[in-house]
Amino acid sequence: MKTHSTLTRKLLLIACLGASATGAQAAEDYSSFLRPAEIPQPDNNRITSARVELGKMLFFDPRLSGSNWISCGTCHNPTLGWSDGLPTAIGHDMQVLKRATPTILNTAYQPLQFWDGRARTLEEQAIGPIKAAGEMNQDMDELIKELSALKGYRDAFEDAYPGEGITENTIAKALATYERTIVSTESPFDRWVKGETHAMSKEAQEGFEVFLGKGRCVLCHSGFNFTDNGFHNLGLKNDDDPGRYGIRKIKILKGAFKTPTLRDVALTAPYMHNGAYKTLEEVVDHYDRGGDTKDNLSPNMQPLHLSASEKASLVAFMKALTGEPAPVSLPRLPTE
Amino acid sequence: MHKSSRQKLLRIAAIATALLAASVAQAAEVVVDQLNKTFVIEGNKVEAISINVGDTLRFRNDDPFFHNIFSLSDLKTFDLGSFPQGQSKTVTFDKAGTVEVECAIHPEMYMEVTVK
Repeated sequence: MKTHSTLTRKLLLIACLGASATGAQAAEDYSSFLRPAEIPQPDNNRITSARVELGKMLFFDPRLSGSNWISCGTCHNPTLGWSDGLPTAIGHDMQVLKRATPTILNTAYQPLQFWDGRARTLEEQAIGPIKAAGEMNQDMDELIKELSALKGYRDAFEDAYPGEGITENTIAKALATYERTIVSTESPFDRWVKGETHAMSKEAQEGFEVFLGKGRCVLCHSGFNFTDNGFHNLGLKNDDDPGRYGIRKIKILKGAFKTPTLRDVALTAPYMHNGAYKTLEEVVDHYDRGGDTKDNLSPNMQPLHLSASEKASLVAFMKALTGEPAPVSLPRLPTE
Repeated sequence: MHKSSRQKLLRIAAIATALLAASVAQAAEVVVDQLNKTFVIEGNKVEAISINVGDTLRFRNDDPFFHNIFSLSDLKTFDLGSFPQGQSKTVTFDKAGTVEVECAIHPEMYMEVTVK
C-alpha cells in the first residue's frame, strides 16, 4: 500500500468510526471501505444456485403484477443501475408515484429496506411492491394460482425449496435471494484503496479528501456501502412526504429518508428520494447550500462554502465509486 | 403540641429523612456512550442492561455526528432530541418493567433496559 499521508490519517480516523467499542486495530479497519467477502444472508434462506435462478425468473416475470405487464425488473432495471432513470416511479395503470425507485444494488447489506425503512428484511421488502395497489397491484392468491399452473415454476420451486410449495413465503425468499446476489463490483476507488496508485484520478483523490473533511459527506455516507443506514431530512424544496416519520413518530424523522448507497452512483440518476436532481453536480450544490427547506433539517446539514474546484473533485470522487456493472443474463420464463 | 406527640413527629421525620437519604444514595447514574453507532458502557458494547427503579441513564454522544435517543415503550416514552458529540442527556426510570431505547437517526442502535 502506498502512503497517502494526510489522506491515510483521515482514512484511519474514519475507519475507526466503524471499529468495535473494544478498539480494533486501525490496520484491520482500513479495509472497511471494501466490500466484505461474505454476503449477509439469513439462516433460514441461505443462497443456493437453485434459489438464485428461481428468484431471477420471478424478478423478471411481468406475470408477478396484476396487469401481467410490470416485473420487478421494470423499475429495477439492470441497464439503468437497477433503477429506472425516472424522477419518481411509475406504477400500476401508469400512476406516477411519490418516491424515486431506489437501486437494489447492495441491498443485502442494508438492515432496513425502502426509503422509509419499513421492511426489516429483504424477504418482507420483496413482497411489498407486488401487493401494493399503486405498484404491481397483484392479488397474492391469484399469483400463487398462476405460478402453480406452470410446470416450469413447480419444478423450480421444488428444486429451490423442497417440500415447501409455491407460497407467499417461498416467493419472497426466492426474490430476496436473487436480490442478495446483486452487489457492486470493484470500482476505481476500491483499486486505489488496495494500492493501485493511479486507479483513481488525482481530482478524485482530492474529492475523497473533501468527502472526508470539508464536505462532511462521510458523516452519513460511511462504510463500504457509503451509507450509515440512517435517516436524515436533507431540506429538499416542495416536499411534504413524511418519510421515516410515517414509521416512527419522532420529530427528527419528519421528512427524513434513508441514506442511499453511493456505490455505482453515476448510474442511478436522478437523485434524492423524490428525484429532484438530474446530476451529481446539482446534488453537490444542494449540500453546499446546506439544504433549502430548513424546517426540521438534519443537524448534520450546514452550508459548506466549497470552491468550484472542490465541488468538481467531489463529483469526480463519486464517479470513481462506480464499477463496471456485472453482466446480467436474462432467464427463460416458463410458459407451461 | 404535646411534648410526646412532638417527639413522635420528630422521630417520624428523622426516619423519613433517613429513608430518603438512603433512597438517594441507592439511585445510580449510569453513563451510556454512543460510540461507533453503538451503545457502550465502560468500553463495552451493550444491547441490554438492568437497572433499579429510580436510576438514571446519562446518554453521552461520543460520535462526530448527531444522535437522537428515544423510546416509544409504554413504560417510559421519551425523545431526547438530537445532540452532537460531547453532549449528554439524562433519563430517570421511575417504574419497573422493560424499556426499548433506540436512536431515531441510526435505527441499528438498540438497547433494552430492564428496570427492577
